[in-house]
Amino acid sequence: MLRHDVVIVGAGLAGLRAAVTLGDLPGVDVAIISKLHPLRSHSGAAEGGINAALTPDDRWEDHMYDTVKGSDYVSDQDAVEVMCREAPAEVYWLEHAGTLFNRADDGTLAIRNFGGAGRPRTAFVADITGHALLHTLYEQTVARGVKVYEEWFVTELVVENEQVKGLVALDVMTGELHQVAAKAVIMATGGYGRVYHGRTTNAWSSTGDGMAAAYRAGVPLADMEFVQFHPTTLKSNGVLLTEGNRGEGGYLLNSLGERFMSKYTPTKMELGPRDMVSRAEIIEINEGRGVDGCVLLDIRHLGEAKIMERLPGTRELSMHFAGVDPVYEPIPVRPGQHYAMGGVRTDLNGVTVVKGLYAAGECACVSVHGANRLGANSLLDTLIFGRRSAEHAYEYVKNVPPPEASESYLQREEDRTRAMLGREGTESIAQIRNEMGLEMADNMGVFRTPEQMQHAVSAIRELKERVKDAPVQDKGRIFNTDLTGALEIENMLELAEVISVGALARTESRGAHSRLDFPDRDDVNWLKHTLAFRGEGGPRLEYGPVTITRFQPEERKY
Amino acid sequence: MRVTFRILRYDPERDANPHFESYPLELDDRAVVLDGLVQIKDFADSALTFRRSCRQAICGSCAMRVNDREHLTCSTQLSEVVRDGTVVVEPLANLPVIKDLAVDMEQFWRKYRAIMPFLIPDRAKPAPEKEYRMANKEARHLQQFGGCIQCGACYSSCPIAATDEEYLGPAALAKAYRFAGDPRDSARRERLKIVSDERGIWRCHTVFNCTEVCPKGVEPTYAIQQLKKLTIRRRFGLPV
Ligand SMILES: Cc1cc2nc3c(=O)[nH]c(=O)nc-3n(C[C@H](O)[C@H](O)[C@H](O)COP(=O)(O)OP(=O)(O)OC[C@H]3O[C@@H](n4cnc5c(N)ncnc54)[C@H](O)[C@@H]3O)c2cc1C
Ligand code: FES
Repeated sequence: MLRHDVVIVGAGLAGLRAAVTLGDLPGVDVAIISKLHPLRSHSGAAEGGINAALTPDDRWEDHMYDTVKGSDYVSDQDAVEVMCREAPAEVYWLEHAGTLFNRADDGTLAIRNFGGAGRPRTAFVADITGHALLHTLYEQTVARGVKVYEEWFVTELVVENEQVKGLVALDVMTGELHQVAAKAVIMATGGYGRVYHGRTTNAWSSTGDGMAAAYRAGVPLADMEFVQFHPTTLKSNGVLLTEGNRGEGGYLLNSLGERFMSKYTPTKMELGPRDMVSRAEIIEINEGRGVDGCVLLDIRHLGEAKIMERLPGTRELSMHFAGVDPVYEPIPVRPGQHYAMGGVRTDLNGVTVVKGLYAAGECACVSVHGANRLGANSLLDTLIFGRRSAEHAYEYVKNVPPPEASESYLQREEDRTRAMLGREGTESIAQIRNEMGLEMADNMGVFRTPEQMQHAVSAIRELKERVKDAPVQDKGRIFNTDLTGALEIENMLELAEVISVGALARTESRGAHSRLDFPDRDDVNWLKHTLAFRGEGGPRLEYGPVTITRFQPEERKY
Repeated sequence: MRVTFRILRYDPERDANPHFESYPLELDDRAVVLDGLVQIKDFADSALTFRRSCRQAICGSCAMRVNDREHLTCSTQLSEVVRDGTVVVEPLANLPVIKDLAVDMEQFWRKYRAIMPFLIPDRAKPAPEKEYRMANKEARHLQQFGGCIQCGACYSSCPIAATDEEYLGPAALAKAYRFAGDPRDSARRERLKIVSDERGIWRCHTVFNCTEVCPKGVEPTYAIQQLKKLTIRRRFGLPV
């Protein structure tokens, strides 16, 4: 059996930051397991930037306030405090590690505006910030010689007596399953955007595998009903155009040519928080002031020079996928699924209820984003909590003997995958995936009615049944992407159910969860975290307290 | 749009040799090549094997040869490449095929690792408390090369890589220039040494294929010429 002290699952920013941290610490054997080559991770698609209070007139306390207010007060303030306090040092660390940030005239880091922020505090690399950071961090793991199992797909965690003992993973290249023993496992598997297949900014690989594996291992998923819809995504394929477009001064226009945000967030205009801007767009479209199901993002007045220096990716994506050159024409955009505020419940060191099991990045719910994440806070979250999880795991593994786990887990996964290959039936995995995406987009979107949510719960349960009759057609061992697709759809259906059940239960509107039957926030009954445990007939919901330190809940106005 | 996809298929567990198979498809006029591959995998043959993830030209997974030229299939519109109603899709060249359109990139990554692809600041000098100061112009210039997504398109198009398995190749050399040109880096001499032997910059015949096929405008040929310039300056004892 393969053995390591710490195994990190995932090589996006969260996983790589954890790996670099452990790579610097003596006497610990660390490895990364990732279903993609690290540089293919979805973190590379992040565009707009990363927040930190860097300028002389900014303070981490202000960053914290904006984050807490943005979260609609359901974030844990001890965690938000840690993130905002540690942010400047983290950004300077990245700069020292090589990231080629855009610069101001005096050679210091340039800063741009982003949504929901009291002042400009977003550092950036043009509009490919995620790409630049991902490459920097991967370079640093290469420098440290960290072992990476590339294109290994983790199928299950090994947990005995509420302690993690390792995991089982499929080496996609050979088709072989391996059980890997580990004293600690850090899950850094990213978001689940593909649950909204066809209507998400997320990559094909964002299938929530880590969340689903932790959930099956008995860890609660927190606040899964809070799903972020980004206001500016392309209709054709859901690709994101960064909030940096509005940060640099871009307008949102309706069919009458009005900057409609003046009605919704008058003090911030286009730079309101994402939940509010997305709702405003849907209202404009539903009331007949849309353009072919979209509103318009207009950056023409920024001029070609600025667009090419700061927003070249927007131009490239708009031309490729919408056939529009934003130097000359406004771009049709609409809200699309973008980010998971919910995830594996952790404390501010990434610790979960299972000993030795950590989670960090988008797959975790610490919770720093509460019911609505501010733009450019996620890259920060991945780095801060990736590092902190690694530091905690380092101390933890010192006192843990090498785990002895039975190989029955490997046997179980072998049986499970063999059964998938042997399934008979006429259902199709692709068809089920498409139906799931449509169902969630239509009924678990920006606005939600009880009928819609109930519909989603039933439809998803039906799909969970149907997938049992969807055979894997590719019977080969080598590089079987049909099999990995089948593993992914099972994970996604599990999460879709948790999202829907959690949403139906939360009878209020808060942040990104907006119900037409309960339009107001209800702090008396609902200022709490949802905790979904896996039960026999579906998720069992419990609720946990929110940590409030500096900022008492107030009405959220912009 | 009606279009026939001709795909080079190869299943190492079943086929002695690669062979073409044809799939007639009906696709949207604005569809990209990857849309066609997904449609085949979803509805015709789910064993069709290829890599894709971001579908927005940034993760570098989906480079293939389409009608004899390297493209990112996720950002290449069919209308740009279709010839007589047909598109021919093949795996990248100069790398061993694993299955269908997926290639084994290990030799590509080995070369990436060989050029010390990480910033090496001067350990003798203390790092600044905040950021290193740098002119935006300089940072943007280097980012052109830092913007490489390591998709392998250039490597597949390179006639030298085709004949010499040890040639470092355009992507690794562009990466080397990204660091050799960085004012924060202290290892310029070592890097120039690594790239200036017979497997490196002097092997480049300036055919410009890499620059032409690069989907991100990296211009490896230009980077290689800059490395040559730096190396010559170093040989003549001029400041580099
Ligand atoms: C288009 C876009 C733009 C964005 N822009 C910004 C921005 O400007 N600023 C900001 O702060 N945030 C932004 N975000 C959000 C942010 O990019 C993500 O939340 C963040 O990068 C997630 O990082 P991660 O490390 O948690 O996960 P990821 O980067 O998604 O990495 C997940 C890793 O897990 C691995 N993995 C997954 N499943 C398995 C498995 N079963 N077995 C083994 N490995 C597995 C994958 O291979 C991958 O390496 C953006 C998001 C998108 C989609
Ligand atoms: S799928 Fe990521 S570059 Fe094409």
